Amino acid sequence: MGYQNIFTQVQVRSVPEMGVALPPGNWSRDGTPSYNWLMGKIGEAQIGPFYLGRLGLASLFLGFLAFEIVGLNMWASVNWDPVQFLRQLPWLALEPPSPKWGLKVLPPLAEGGWWLIAGFCMTTSLILWNIRIYMRAKALNMGTHTAWAFASALWLMIVLGFLRPLAMGSWSEAVPFGIFPHLDWTAAFSIRYGNLFYNPFHCLSIVFLYGSTLLFAMHGATILAVGRYGGEREIEQITDRGTASERAALFWRWTMGFNATMESVHRWAWWFAVLTTLTGGIGILLTGTVVDNWYLWAQEHSYAPLYPSTGTIDPATLPGVVK
Amino acid sequence: MALLSFERKYRVRGGTLIGGDLFDFWAGPFYVGFFGVTGLFFTILGTALIFYGAAIGPTWNPWLISIAPPDLKYGLGLAPLREGGIWQIVTISAVGSFVSWMLREVEICRKLGMGYHVPFAFGVAIFAYVSLVVIRPFLLGAWGFGFPYGIFSHLDWVSNTGYQYLHFHYNPAHMIAVTFFFTTTLALALHGSLILQSTNPGRGQEVKTPEHEDSFFRDLIGYSVGTLGIHRVGLFLALSAGFWSAICIIISGPFWSRGWPEWWSWWLDLPIWRQ
Repeated sequence: MGYQNIFTQVQVRSVPEMGVALPPGNWSRDGTPSYNWLMGKIGEAQIGPFYLGRLGLASLFLGFLAFEIVGLNMWASVNWDPVQFLRQLPWLALEPPSPKWGLKVLPPLAEGGWWLIAGFCMTTSLILWNIRIYMRAKALNMGTHTAWAFASALWLMIVLGFLRPLAMGSWSEAVPFGIFPHLDWTAAFSIRYGNLFYNPFHCLSIVFLYGSTLLFAMHGATILAVGRYGGEREIEQITDRGTASERAALFWRWTMGFNATMESVHRWAWWFAVLTTLTGGIGILLTGTVVDNWYLWAQEHSYAPLYPSTGTIDPATLPGVVK
Repeated sequence: MALLSFERKYRVRGGTLIGGDLFDFWAGPFYVGFFGVTGLFFTILGTALIFYGAAIGPTWNPWLISIAPPDLKYGLGLAPLREGGIWQIVTISAVGSFVSWMLREVEICRKLGMGYHVPFAFGVAIFAYVSLVVIRPFLLGAWGFGFPYGIFSHLDWVSNTGYQYLHFHYNPAHMIAVTFFFTTTLALALHGSLILQSTNPGRGQEVKTPEHEDSFFRDLIGYSVGTLGIHRVGLFLALSAGFWSAICIIISGPFWSRGWPEWWSWWLDLPIWRQ
């Protein structure tokens, strides 16, 4: 078998890398870098430095506020009993306003008001973080691919918590904060709209999610397998192809008749990951607004299998039902 | 011949696991080898049987064609061809084909002087498939517990199997698997983006270096795992997703037959909560 490059054998300790110099107008980097031996077995041992900046400061502050509002509401829901807070934590929730409040901007705090404030803080925090990603790339004269990919994840989150409730006319449509409660919401949502598996955009989103996992397994494994030829030096292999890149390409060409290049595999990766949340968000936005029952919709469009009748009568077909 | 400009010198003999030089050749871009022949055999057999199943079935609509496993009454025995026997032979063909593919990858690794990471990773995917159609049905005592081979019919199987346990999201192994799937996709986005933004920095800018990559991630989150580390992390995350998916379905039925939400009562009943 020989050496398979799973762990780093020798770790170097030297003066810590303080990073590429930032142009004027930026803050200085914070923290004295330290080394962690266990981290060094897998990746780089150096931890730090860190760039805070105004955007980072504002984003972390708002994120902390959202976290605190959610946590304190959960604690309040068990009468501030610290033991019951820990015991019931996975079941506790901060729920959105009930349907009677519609899209009212600030219902009473205990009736969904806190949910709106927490959601606002979390969303603003993540948007500021997205801008921070953009600005940090610009400061280093890099492309802004990370920021655009992060925006795709934000799109799904904003559809779930803001755009779809807006389209449905009620905050009560949104997802609650909480570990089990958000899972309950997901299951109930799927059942309410006739099984989300029949939503074609949900299908696409799952395909890209599994496809992303497949791609990272293929790519990670390929690069480790050509590690003995310096395959992990990807930028160098892109600009000046070496034997690592050639062997990696030929491996897939001989296996499946097709290969990416050292650069194009990262475009496949970027698009698969980005399309996961992009298509997912479209699927959620169409549910309940455009399509009320995905199973019936699939029957209309000839892609739901027909099963033998169970004898159960659909109440929606009975006389007197308001269409 | 579909030969890349640099390909000729890599096309060497040897490295085969079985068959010596007998099948040591290429067909177009494809390497053949002993396992290419066995793989082709299983693939043609399985595909032909799926077409046969479709032909005797009710529809040619590709979304709706479904090859169903046998009825539960056949237990772990063989079923007549038209009553799940096709599914059984397709399953054997699929496993034979996947294992052939993996071993052919091993031979290609040996030819190219590469590590065995890719066939190992593919082995985890095979394990996930085998756990669904062999291990769990075997533990439950009937091939009928396997899933049907059809685009939307297999989704119905997932729904129905999930709801048999009331709410599958409460399955702890399913939680771990989903978390790994999401984390892998996030990590893939970050890695793909980082390489693309280093090599495509915009008009008039020079291509960047790993020092820029490290600086970007240290500035952002205080840590950069590095060029080698990210591929270890990515492979680990992806394989964990597949592995825990397999675990989450194997334990559903053979080791836990009630609703998954109920499973969590052990947490509520821990002695540490007594006051």
